[in-house]
Amino acid sequence: MVKVNGEDLEFAGKTVAEYLKAADYDRERIAVERNGEIVPRAQYEETVLLEGDCVEVVSFVGGG
Amino acid sequence: MKDDRLVIGGHEFDSRFILGSGKYSLRLIEAAVKDAGAQIVTLAVRRANTREQENILDFIPEGVTLLPNTSGARTAEEAVRIARLSRELGCGDFVKVEIMRDSRYLFPDNQETVRATEILAKEGFVVMPYMFPDLYAARELVDAGAAAVMPLAAPIGSNKGLAAREFIQILIDEIDLPVIVDAGIGRPSQACEAMEMGAAAIMANTALATAGDLPMMAAAFRQAVEAGRKAYLAGPGRVLARGAAASDPLTGFLRD
Repeated sequence: MVKVNGEDLEFAGKTVAEYLKAADYDRERIAVERNGEIVPRAQYEETVLLEGDCVEVVSFVGGG
Repeated sequence: MKDDRLVIGGHEFDSRFILGSGKYSLRLIEAAVKDAGAQIVTLAVRRANTREQENILDFIPEGVTLLPNTSGARTAEEAVRIARLSRELGCGDFVKVEIMRDSRYLFPDNQETVRATEILAKEGFVVMPYMFPDLYAARELVDAGAAAVMPLAAPIGSNKGLAAREFIQILIDEIDLPVIVDAGIGRPSQACEAMEMGAAAIMANTALATAGDLPMMAAAFRQAVEAGRKAYLAGPGRVLARGAAASDPLTGFLRD
């Protein structure tokens, strides 16, 4: 299991790019953090998610 | 007035009104930015929702400087983490550090804010810390590398106006960075007063989001901020301690 934005998902062994595609994210509008470290956009294809990883996918929203 | 620019971390702005984008429809943002004459707009960072197809960046006009905040952070470390993610989102180096541990009054934690400011300034961010108006903390923020300080006027979202007037004035008088009054400003008259006091800029969100006509209120704030700035530059007239002073000549009366 990989925890993505607080939800347990069956994505261990898949790359960040594969997850983002499956979840239908707009890659130009998000940033990804894995176990507290930012995953640069250029590394989505080569970053493989491991069992127990904690991933955050964030974007901008309205705020003050 | 031509060369009267707001300078933050080496970046120059003609507008002295920073617009928040929270708590209202994305469809109103373009009109709000235009009518406010805003060149800086604040944003927040949150977990991305895949089902939500609309992204706020598609609604903000070109050329506007984005100022992501670190709202949600309770510690310096959390703020640093959010700031790094916001920079990774690819919209520049500006960040408004916002760290709160109190959920009732939402006061910024100055101590944690100083720590986060120091870390982020070293990483090359243009750091604009939201703070409780305290002189010692403001001095520490200067030393930590802040590009401006953003003291609250009143509790965030309260629209109560310049409750912290005297303490903000002290920051304006003592701190050699732009003092941008943030949080609590509810009406254009309050924004105008803060600018007359010498504030470098005003930031407002709830005042507009809760107004009956948002773009019209944005325009009112723009005019108020400009008027206050002009009055500050002009130098307000003196106040008499007591008595009166005639505005008319004291000779040539039609009598005697």
